[in-house]
Amino acid sequence: MTAGMPFAPFLARLAEVGVAVETVTAPTLVPIQTITLANGDWGRLGREADDWGWRWAAGWGEDLGETLRINACFEQAGAYLLARTTVTRTHPMLPSHTPYYPVADRPERHTQDMFGVAFSDHPDARRWTRHRAWKSSEYPLRRDFPAAGRPPDTTPADHQYKFFSAHGSGVYEIPVGPVHAGIIEPGHFRFQAVGETVLNLEAHLGYTHKGVEKIAECRDADGLARLAGRVSGDSTVAHAWAACMAMERAAGVQPPPRAVWLRALMSERERVANHLGDIGAIVNDVGFAFGFYQFGRLRETWQRASMTAFGHRFMMDRLVPGGVAVDLDNARITAMRDEAAALRQQVSKLMTILYDSPSLTNRLLTTGILTPEQASALGCMGYVGRASSLYFDVRRDAPYPPYDRLKVNGVLHHSGDVNARVRVRHEEIIASLDLIQALLAGMPGGAIHSEWQTPAEGSEGIGIVEGWRGEIISYARFGGGGRIARFFPRDPSWTTWPALEVLIHDNIVPDFPVCNKSVNGSYSGNDL
Amino acid sequence: MLRILGKIQRIGIVTEPLPPCDEPALAEIGEQIKAHIGERFGGSLAIREVDAGSCNGCELEINALNNPWYGIERYGVHFVASPRHADLLLVTGPVSRHMEEALRRTYAATPEPRLVIAVGACGADGGEFGESYASRGAVANVIPVDAVIRGCPPTPLDLMRGILEAIGRKG
Repeated sequence: MTAGMPFAPFLARLAEVGVAVETVTAPTLVPIQTITLANGDWGRLGREADDWGWRWAAGWGEDLGETLRINACFEQAGAYLLARTTVTRTHPMLPSHTPYYPVADRPERHTQDMFGVAFSDHPDARRWTRHRAWKSSEYPLRRDFPAAGRPPDTTPADHQYKFFSAHGSGVYEIPVGPVHAGIIEPGHFRFQAVGETVLNLEAHLGYTHKGVEKIAECRDADGLARLAGRVSGDSTVAHAWAACMAMERAAGVQPPPRAVWLRALMSERERVANHLGDIGAIVNDVGFAFGFYQFGRLRETWQRASMTAFGHRFMMDRLVPGGVAVDLDNARITAMRDEAAALRQQVSKLMTILYDSPSLTNRLLTTGILTPEQASALGCMGYVGRASSLYFDVRRDAPYPPYDRLKVNGVLHHSGDVNARVRVRHEEIIASLDLIQALLAGMPGGAIHSEWQTPAEGSEGIGIVEGWRGEIISYARFGGGGRIARFFPRDPSWTTWPALEVLIHDNIVPDFPVCNKSVNGSYSGNDL
Repeated sequence: MLRILGKIQRIGIVTEPLPPCDEPALAEIGEQIKAHIGERFGGSLAIREVDAGSCNGCELEINALNNPWYGIERYGVHFVASPRHADLLLVTGPVSRHMEEALRRTYAATPEPRLVIAVGACGADGGEFGESYASRGAVANVIPVDAVIRGCPPTPLDLMRGILEAIGRKG
């Protein structure tokens, strides 16, 4: 990708409206175009970017000592723009992007909680990530805050969060969580309902906040890859890949071709495993046990094959800085081809049954509709976006090796309901099986690992990959001695949790589980 | 409908015996679990799973216990929605400070006698996350723990072994 379209016209526009922008040459951040600007112009940047059709993709802060640096990453037609500004430590105030980009809401509140930056015209100044484990006057991602913190002996329940409320005859509230009825992650949902109909849903997350960004600091590259592999357990391959890509760009290390092909193979296996599990779980949420058991069977078989081929059922810790930790012999390649062909048949037969079962489709069609306009406004991605006419896929639109040499069969649906999100998953399984066949057929030979080079202090990189939930953006900067100074991974769930709160409107409360499962946001990836 | 029935018939029962790649241990462990549950829990062991801050890896494997390969219900184990119905808490960690009180309350709501198993590397000792401003680390740092199942994440078979060990102890 070259700096040109769509950067030049946008930069010209910024100049025209009087926003002084400096274009930064940052070789290790390539292919991303980096600009810096004065903090007073930050809000105008947001307004202009919105006008020019940029998607707000990620935002994060950094403590540089005297100043705090705020980053916002935008995307348009596969081109990425990183905008940066600084605020002083003594007066950390900045205009917000949320008035133009609803998706910036919670990321900015995360930055507010973790760095103490106030976003002056943010429509909602409530805390987001912080519950009661640290004080409102403490900011865990500032340098002077110790990783051990200064926590109370026991952390009390967070019962003071101010939820939106609704009043009127017949309106009632349903609090759910953080401990949920099933075997799932914790979080709190507050419903306002009338009869069976949901008037409003508000999520209060942050329960699984594990201080990932803080405990990443001072790790070496291997240690960061392990941590990234646990940002969200179901996305261990994708998150490890994004983190390794960021670190490799910072260090100028090029993983060998065979290593990136193996990474892609593992990543597609991860996508298939999760989609299989999700289809089973979605149909189970409307009582279609047949599908639950059948897809559970396929997922288990698939995971066992991952264990045989790569030595781990989730392929955790198989991606390492510089390459991969395990190779695949020819016998396994043949076995995996047969396995992929068999799964394709099984899935197709099962999906025919599912689509042909009125008791099932009756519950999935027109349930939990996210319109294309809503999806676009929320910056949705992955299967959530692609079920609502929003096609973006890093593998196709900003391809990274080996996808620059492979054909990614795009999947797109338009109805935006639970049924569309099931269909997208189904078709993405087939598309991934196509990719797996291509990867196995074209797998280059050679080494699987390049020697790691300790990067110079201050080296930084960004890794962007298409995880099974959608685009993952990871930023890594090294301090001295090859130790991490800053790590921020943006899970796709930051954009899909707000979508759940929108698509549940006017649905009935008993359909919440199936709506939720069809979105399947990661709590851990969101709470960090 | 006919297609469903046809599919069910053609697939048959996949539950045990397992293909040779897997340990024949499953049937053996399962039978032992069943025997202990028969003796000590009146034939039925109710488990409440609590995610106290995990990355969700452990949850995926605990969920797998209910897939038709393991089919843990056939040994008398079932997962319940309320701690008030539970004999045993299966707790994953690290315990985030934000989940600390919820975990304590869940424990308090579980009737005695109760067993607690800490699951996963993080539940055992904090794992990759350790203790920090955000995490309490091991489950045992927050509530009393009777047994630990290690692994990142533990496989479904590891989980079954760990459950067997915990309920087989003389207590």
